[in-house]
Amino acid sequence: MSNVFLIMFTAILTENFIFAKFYGICPFLGVSDKPSTALGMGMAVTFVMTMSSAATYAVYHYLLAPFGLEYLKTVAFILVIASLVQFIEMFLQKYVPALYSSLGIYLPLITTNCAVLGAALVNIQNGNSFGDSVLFGFASALGFTMAIVVFAGVRARMQFSEPPKAFKGFPILLIAAGLAAMAFSGFSGMKFN
Amino acid sequence: MKNSILKQFKEGIVTNNPIFVQLLGMCPTLATSTSVVNALGMGAAVTAVLTCSNLFISLVRKIIPKQIRIASYIVIISGFVTAVELLIKAFFPAIDASLGLFIPLIVVNCIILARAEAFASKNPPVPSMIDGIATGVGFTFALSCIAFVRELLGTGKLFAAADGTGGIDVFGAGYQPAAIFLLPAGAFLTLGCIIAAVQKISDVCAKRAAEKAAAPSVEEEICSDGGETSAETEGATDNE
Repeated sequence: MSNVFLIMFTAILTENFIFAKFYGICPFLGVSDKPSTALGMGMAVTFVMTMSSAATYAVYHYLLAPFGLEYLKTVAFILVIASLVQFIEMFLQKYVPALYSSLGIYLPLITTNCAVLGAALVNIQNGNSFGDSVLFGFASALGFTMAIVVFAGVRARMQFSEPPKAFKGFPILLIAAGLAAMAFSGFSGMKFN
Repeated sequence: MKNSILKQFKEGIVTNNPIFVQLLGMCPTLATSTSVVNALGMGAAVTAVLTCSNLFISLVRKIIPKQIRIASYIVIISGFVTAVELLIKAFFPAIDASLGLFIPLIVVNCIILARAEAFASKNPPVPSMIDGIATGVGFTFALSCIAFVRELLGTGKLFAAADGTGGIDVFGAGYQPAAIFLLPAGAFLTLGCIIAAVQKISDVCAKRAAEKAAAPSVEEEICSDGGETSAETEGATDNE
């Protein structure tokens, strides 16, 4: 039980994918203009990342490792993730149309979200067990969702302020993200071993 | 021929700089710009992958069916990334240790897929290869600019080796390093300020160009204020 808590706490706060590890910055800056879209993206990522952590664990340990093909993991994982995203998209479209209509537009973007591939590779690197891998994928995605939703809230307030002309658009976003990252670095001192 | 090569390099490094102008590939940009040596290592890895994948994709561009081209590109790119990853592991273990997962993550770097889709899939092999080199150099240049600021302010040194040893002590022993520049927060702040500077200068250039257009007899002296950023803006002006 303490193990579960530890993985969740580390993945969501101390090693937050966005603010501490820089995985998934593109969707973080791209789809965070409204809290509702941010939440949709976060949910889609959570869904895919949990499933892909399980799938990549199986592929690595039952398909690549027995034949000594570990060095092909990047190629294999990106294929697994791409086909998984495609599969989830088709499945949702057919059986859960309500969920499809709310997540649909975000799903294709997830293939090139480096958070998903990053989580799969971190799992292999740390030698996580199957349960830990799935939990890590889920918790990291929750951390991603939290970061993107919180930041969308900040961005909504920013629309009413007037930054210097040169800072308009992308630069002021980065500055705001920097301030948020500063707040998160407060967690980085906490380590449980 | 020579002119078109020069033009491609200008596009890749200045007019269409992948980081400062197109704002692509932010994850590795923020994560691997902690020191100039890391930035150069990452830049070299990306340039190598980009050149090979552009060349290869351009060679097979007529064979790949249109519907599955993106999937094929990703497989080709991940093949080259694996090769580069193994080479770096074998010959530069220190760089491998400090760049960590960001070498395999080159696969999902949008810059590479963007160049494959926008350029290599439509052009013959040689220009595609040159485009890969030019974009890679532009990426390396931008990454090094960010790393220069972060390493200088964060450690007070420059060009330290990947394992943190050596380097030129710029500010002397009395300098208290501002460690925040090495933290994620510093990465966001530095990149934000640099892009703001680029936008500012390109704005000024655009204004001058407009003035010049209004009075055509004026000598061509736009953006002679020197420095690396002015080079960027010249390109940005052309864009507008």
